[in-house]
Amino acid sequence: MRCDTKVRCERNPSGCAISGILNKKGKRIDGTKIIKSIALMHDRSNGLGGGFAAYGIYPKYRDYYAFHVMFDDEDCQARLEEHLAQRFVIEKDEKIPTVKVDSIHNAPLIRRYFVRVDDSKLENKPEDDYVVEQVMDINSNFAGAFISSSGKNMGGFKGVGYPEDIAKYFKLDQYKAYLWTAHGRFPTNTPGWWGGAHPIALLDWSVVHNGEISSYGINKRYLEMFGYKLELLTDTEVIAYLFDLLVRKHKLPITVATKALAPPFWKDIDRMEPSQRRAHEAIRMVYGSALMNGPFSIIVGCNRGMIGLNDRIKLRPMMAATKDDTLYMSSEEAGIRIIEPEPDQIWAPKAGTPVIGLVEEDVE
Amino acid sequence: MVHIDAKEMPYRALNEKIRALAAEGEYSVELDNVCGQKYIGGGLKGKMKIDVRGIPGNDLGIFMDGAEVVVHGNGQDGIGNTMNSGKVVVHGNAGDVIGYAMRGGKVFIKGDVGYRVGIHMKAYGDMVPTIVIGGTASDFLGEYMAGGVMVLLGLTQNSHPQPTGDYVGTGMHGGVIYVRGDIDDYYLGREVIKSEPDAKDIAIISRLVGEYCVTFGCDFDEIMRKPFIKLAPRSHRPYGNLYTS
Repeated sequence: MRCDTKVRCERNPSGCAISGILNKKGKRIDGTKIIKSIALMHDRSNGLGGGFAAYGIYPKYRDYYAFHVMFDDEDCQARLEEHLAQRFVIEKDEKIPTVKVDSIHNAPLIRRYFVRVDDSKLENKPEDDYVVEQVMDINSNFAGAFISSSGKNMGGFKGVGYPEDIAKYFKLDQYKAYLWTAHGRFPTNTPGWWGGAHPIALLDWSVVHNGEISSYGINKRYLEMFGYKLELLTDTEVIAYLFDLLVRKHKLPITVATKALAPPFWKDIDRMEPSQRRAHEAIRMVYGSALMNGPFSIIVGCNRGMIGLNDRIKLRPMMAATKDDTLYMSSEEAGIRIIEPEPDQIWAPKAGTPVIGLVEEDVE
Repeated sequence: MVHIDAKEMPYRALNEKIRALAAEGEYSVELDNVCGQKYIGGGLKGKMKIDVRGIPGNDLGIFMDGAEVVVHGNGQDGIGNTMNSGKVVVHGNAGDVIGYAMRGGKVFIKGDVGYRVGIHMKAYGDMVPTIVIGGTASDFLGEYMAGGVMVLLGLTQNSHPQPTGDYVGTGMHGGVIYVRGDIDDYYLGREVIKSEPDAKDIAIISRLVGEYCVTFGCDFDEIMRKPFIKLAPRSHRPYGNLYTS
């Protein structure tokens, strides 16, 4: 940014903020708390990105993939709708309700489509794989349209702006979810655009991320071997696709997947007792290209729950807390205390050690 | 004494108010309902005392020059960042990078601290920054430390084999770290040497543990019963030949 004499030029002390709330019993709450938490950390972001992921918001359409789609204009919308209709059965589509907010500019058209896949399209392919292929194809090849989330009974709401303004824009106080995550963005070396705001989502995976993945190139080439397309202009996309690959496709337990993404150092593996050592050696050898280097703290959401993870040497902050059936995670303790002043437990998770919260029973 | 209700007050407004009070000669301020406001006590000169109730935001006491800040609860990251003089007391735990590039003054933390505490603190002449931690520390304690004194008591160590994480004193080239208990050599950076404190060291430890006990109300003799180790740099220029040989 250019500094001139008309505008006072100030340092922008930013660094991204993330926050997450999970009710393990599946009890749904509106967006008020998550908005309050992320808004408290307003100064960590710079207005170039804010967003939320919400799980359990579409119980009426819980068996349909909920596509949240951004369009440049109505022409793009018409073309994509024709494209979608050939590939999916669209049960319902509607504009995502928004309200005018002064600080939110250049918003795309945003609609949601509740879709299912007709068996005839699958040719023995798992349904989720078909959806991934279609979403990847559209996001890579369809100018002027972008699917920002594609899971069942969940949705991503994001854009260019401060998170609390994005929340107002999407009226998130009117949705009820058992799991909320949020992000305030300070784009480091990638552009601030509507699709690049967090959460970055695929199927029901969503990722909010503070930091940068300096192993992006290695992770990207690895993921491309499995058909993922990485064209969102943000390093964070590798995290979402790595979880999809390791947990959904390769069926690794979440704890094992996180050990692939943020593994112990070799010197520490060498000192483990033999069975642990062999397991960690195997993970590092098989999933060496999935190792995420660079500073990160992330909260990953999925229908089953929420995963918090830091890089191996804790170069980004993360706090976690519990209160009764609720698990909180946040970049700052204050981000938790503002909505839960007296947690049962509050702690700083160690580097490379995941905090995993899963819903205990079927969500209504 | 002036009370400020900091509820929902933006950090700039809060800090401007504190600075204005300091300029008027006010010597004691109590902040209630603090939640996440950054830079409290930042750049403050003079002898003002600030009591913080709630959770202060990052970089508490940054560039502070003489004031005293007491946090009645947990602190966050970056406490005492580049602090020049004065004192910070935290009656709870604190986060990462406490005392980052600290140049003088004291930081007392009652409980545990996070990663990279004391990173690149430095000293010159009479300016000897000091950090005393009652609990345990995570990895990279004293990373690139160039001067000053750190004391780690490990009072919350419980069943953990040692009071620190890994990579203690990595890149350290000045100053000293005293640790109550022991650290396996495996967890020490290659730039530090572990030794037994001598009488001069014990005098420094006793003074600082005494101040810790007065501040937080605990038993001096009990704490001093367990022996300390001393960590000091092998060299003042550990990387002097890094690119030359």
